[in-house]
Amino acid sequence: MINYVIWRILQMIPILLGVTLIVFVLLRVSGDPVLLMLGEDAQPEQIEALRLALGLNKPLYQQYLMYMADLLTGDFGNSLRYNGQPALQVVLERLPATASLAATGLLFAVVISLPAGIVAALKQHRMADHIASSFSILGQAMPNFWLGIMLILIFAVTLGWFPVSGSDKPLSVVLPGLTLGSGLAAMLTRMLRSSLLEVMQQDYIRTARAKGLSQSTIIVRHALRNAALSYLTVIGLEASALMAGAVVTEQVFAWPGIGLLAIQAINSRDMAVVQTIVILSSVIVMSMNLIVDILYSVVDPRIQHG
Amino acid sequence: MSAKAETASPVLFVKNLSTSFRMQDGRFHKIVKDVSFDVGPRETVALVGESGSGKSVTALSIMRLLAASNSRVEGSIQLGGTELLALPEAKMQAVRGNEIAMIFQEPMTSLNPVLPIGSQIAEVLTRHRAMSQSAAHAETIRLLEKVRIPEARSRFAEYPHRLSGGMRQRVMIAMALACRPKLLIADEPTTALDVTIQAQTLALIKALQDEDGMSVLFITHDMGVVAEIADRTVVMFKGEAVEVGRTEDIFNQPRHPYSRTLLSSVPKLGSMTGVPEPMRLPVFETSRENAETVPKARRSKPGADQPLLSVRNLTTRFDIRSGLLRRVSGRVHAVENVSFDIMPGETLSLVGESGCGKSTTGRSVTRLVEPTSGEIRLVGTDIMELNGRALRAMRRNVQMIFQDPFASLDPRTTVGAAVAEPILTHELETGPHVKERVADLLRRVGLGPDVAGRYPHEFSGGQRQRICIARALALDPKLIVADEAVSALDVSIKAQVMNLLLDLQETLGLAYLFISHDMAVVERVSHRVAVMYLGEIVEIGPRSAVFENPQHPYTRKLIAAVPIPDPARRGVKRPLLSDEIRSPVRPTGYEPAIRVYREVSPGHFVQQWGEEWGNAA
Amino acid sequence: MADTETLPGLSPPLVVPARRLHLSPLAAFGLAMLTIFVLMAVLAPLLAPYDPTTPNLRARLVPPMWVAKGSADHILGTDHLGRDMLSRLIYGSRIALSVGFLGVVLASFIGVSVGLIAGFWRGPVDSILMGAVNILLAIPNTLLYLTVLAVFGQSLLLMIIVIGCINWTTFARVVRGEVLSLKEREFIEASRSIGQHPVVTLLRHVLPNVLGPIIVIATLNVAALIILEASLSFLGFGVQPPTVTWGRMLADGRNYIATAWWLAAIPGLMITTLTLSLIFIGDWLRDRLDPRNAS
Repeated sequence: MINYVIWRILQMIPILLGVTLIVFVLLRVSGDPVLLMLGEDAQPEQIEALRLALGLNKPLYQQYLMYMADLLTGDFGNSLRYNGQPALQVVLERLPATASLAATGLLFAVVISLPAGIVAALKQHRMADHIASSFSILGQAMPNFWLGIMLILIFAVTLGWFPVSGSDKPLSVVLPGLTLGSGLAAMLTRMLRSSLLEVMQQDYIRTARAKGLSQSTIIVRHALRNAALSYLTVIGLEASALMAGAVVTEQVFAWPGIGLLAIQAINSRDMAVVQTIVILSSVIVMSMNLIVDILYSVVDPRIQHG
Repeated sequence: MSAKAETASPVLFVKNLSTSFRMQDGRFHKIVKDVSFDVGPRETVALVGESGSGKSVTALSIMRLLAASNSRVEGSIQLGGTELLALPEAKMQAVRGNEIAMIFQEPMTSLNPVLPIGSQIAEVLTRHRAMSQSAAHAETIRLLEKVRIPEARSRFAEYPHRLSGGMRQRVMIAMALACRPKLLIADEPTTALDVTIQAQTLALIKALQDEDGMSVLFITHDMGVVAEIADRTVVMFKGEAVEVGRTEDIFNQPRHPYSRTLLSSVPKLGSMTGVPEPMRLPVFETSRENAETVPKARRSKPGADQPLLSVRNLTTRFDIRSGLLRRVSGRVHAVENVSFDIMPGETLSLVGESGCGKSTTGRSVTRLVEPTSGEIRLVGTDIMELNGRALRAMRRNVQMIFQDPFASLDPRTTVGAAVAEPILTHELETGPHVKERVADLLRRVGLGPDVAGRYPHEFSGGQRQRICIARALALDPKLIVADEAVSALDVSIKAQVMNLLLDLQETLGLAYLFISHDMAVVERVSHRVAVMYLGEIVEIGPRSAVFENPQHPYTRKLIAAVPIPDPARRGVKRPLLSDEIRSPVRPTGYEPAIRVYREVSPGHFVQQWGEEWGNAA
Repeated sequence: MADTETLPGLSPPLVVPARRLHLSPLAAFGLAMLTIFVLMAVLAPLLAPYDPTTPNLRARLVPPMWVAKGSADHILGTDHLGRDMLSRLIYGSRIALSVGFLGVVLASFIGVSVGLIAGFWRGPVDSILMGAVNILLAIPNTLLYLTVLAVFGQSLLLMIIVIGCINWTTFARVVRGEVLSLKEREFIEASRSIGQHPVVTLLRHVLPNVLGPIIVIATLNVAALIILEASLSFLGFGVQPPTVTWGRMLADGRNYIATAWWLAAIPGLMITTLTLSLIFIGDWLRDRLDPRNAS
């Protein structure tokens, strides 16, 4: 098991290298860092001096190595917009807000999809199934930022139950969490329904029925655990979508997390912050995938890690 | 046993059972029609029939395991006087697993993969016997011992994927017997198992039946198994029970034409004693009364002095990688130092159980799998030296027929296109000649040229196998590797396809490398036979020598395990073994033993065996 | 040798005969709606009652005609600059559909090629290609799109290219998986054993058998890309004004959410209707093309 975790972490290294390479290339293409630092009216000598100091006259691969060395020592550059603070610090300050939003979204998604998926599968082609399935298709079809705006319109503006935006009140997280979790909830419901239906067709379910077990025992003991495997897989795959959704959701609700920060940083060409967010969020996505894989191996005894 | 059964009141009484399914057109279609039979106390009744005969549906109807939404069961099913069809579902649940238990065909998929086997058995006890967890645990271990699973105590927490098919089927049996049911329904319980494991499992079911005094309803397609275990037999055909009677009577004087077809089409092991050449099987038309005339022995020993295919020291191993650095941690020694020749027009059979390397040998010879080392000479050319274009050109000479007729044709290509593909690839014909050639090939395998425009799903398994044969013949190959080519087919279809292969050999002078696990089929079609075990050939020689004078302990074990479709030859009680087929996975650095072969008679070689076989000889 | 093998209807063919292609009501709705949207995009200049970009400061924030104070001059009302909502919605469909369909065409071309090559040849090629897939999957896609679009600028063509070059991973993964399982099927081995060239085998026997899943994913992916385009426009990184996009309309409308709810509600409804139609079509195709689902 420990070997497996180490092996999985080692596998993350080439992916992270790839991510940093993409970021590095985008940084170089995005404009001359020297000009960004000094401004348009800098003197040519100044520019040349800084260029030398930053090592920008060296071959690209050497620049990339230097860049990687900086990253590894925790130096992600300094933010232009936040008075030259280290970009990593700027981003990390915003991380808890995004983490709580994503956790709420995931929680909503699981709490909605588990019962909805099970009921839909058990009452296949009946009213409960149609209702659950309709909601899940709708959840997939709606752009989540629109859902967010409509939730604001109904529950914040018209009914006044929740705050319109921000994160300062206890109930602030409800609407953004629901917005972020809706797409995932929809997808998980559909997935759980179809994988439960598929599991119910398996030979071992017939065995369980031949044993004289009741329908509820069969579902809880025999079917759900097997269906949980694909459920977990989808959660792992959607980790990335959850982070992506956070960018939009934070914008809609003015939620002060790294998504909102990302948009501000991109708009003001604060590339140090942008690259920090991209790299950090990739690390988060990969870590979530790792956690899901470990959970998966707990549920499925067939997976052996040697 | 059966005499007793006829006097006592039956355990299971089925009268006018009809089962219908709702099909895609929304209407109900009868799959089982008016079937009546009964099973007496301690009696074994076999339901025998081919695919689509409704035998499994009958079993599922008795258990009421068919989905109520799209099936309908009519008639009467009584268990010890209780009408099962009238029971509410909750009462029926108390019957299932308790008074009637069932085991299924696929041991690999019939156990829940994410639950330990022990708890899967124990839950029957807690469900029906209201046992405490600890009592159920103790009883489960007793049951595992009862089905002769070695080291039962330590197996409780084991997951199904760690067990072989035979062991899983034992777990299924333990589960079924947990509540000492009155009736055990066994639906093809040994079909997916190797022949030696099948013999063990059948012996086990019989022994347990005697111990517990239960009745068994045994569903099978295998007449050998029927003869081996059944007191009485119900022959099913297209949903109807066409003949019901004592097993001896049905085998000796089958009354219904279909029973006769079924019995005559089965190759019987030992029936070829004294016959020098491969022989066609008699095929009856079910609709007609008269049989095809008794098949004559085939002409001529293939005569030639140069082997068509010559294989020397063929070795194929697959690496198993594991650990942090994906290092090679072991190897599957699939084929180990195998040598043989095939003469033009000759059939050499490779026979053995799963994992013995027979299929890998076939694929290595055609280089569909890359051999590790060795020499393969086809009409003098070393195939191992060829690559790219030359290899593809060589493949003209060796063609393959595969086991699964449903997987070996591209579902999106018409039959005509499939047969034409090799012709076009090798530019053997052009323009309208291609079509003529395809028509000719299809006629040759017994299909009309008019089928060319249709898609594979419109054909039955046997017809698809004929199409595959036509495709293989398109290149005028000298050798055909037939990998379990008739194994997936129903008995009567199997006989027809075997006959087709024999006819083609006679007219076209084809040589076959015939790969099969079925000893009776092999005996029927081969000139020579090689028995494989753990990647090695343990015995090779002329068919009559190997079958009539087997030397190697494994060959003997294999022959002894085959159920003979003749109730009179019902075997004496076998010892209850629980040994398993060994695995060809070896650690890295494993050096296979150097093997010495002894020539028993001209051309009949036997590997000298070591301690592992004891003094079994 | 299961009994069910020959039960009619229980083992449906992969090739679906034409007569069984009957539409479900939802799929019919989806196809009808999609046709309307496509016609709308193509015939926009003919259909739109007003120019979508000309402000009319005398008719600002006019509500839809069925709301009090609405007017028949502007069926769906006007925005904060007095531009006709209906006309803007009609023109906005052009961007949504272009990005959705052309993005999928490009993405599926790249993804299917990658998946076929990686799955069929395995080895180092597979490792490299799947490494690229994993890298792209690790970066939350909105962030990547935003950064790339911010760097390279924002035009319709660029947007389609960027989306195509990033969004192909789903196709690659699914196709690779299908190829791996197809390779186990004996008809692929049979094609090798008749001496067929591997490339021909790939194109003649593998590709047609993965088309079903590809079509299904492509349909659902069009919906996903339409939502993506709307999100990017909403965030200000879509095709820039004066070109009309639904996402931008929503972003503008959001500022008037308390006073003119229709400005945000109606474009969102349009997007949802279009994506819903595509999902209905995709689901129906899945049921029809996937043999496991037909029973």
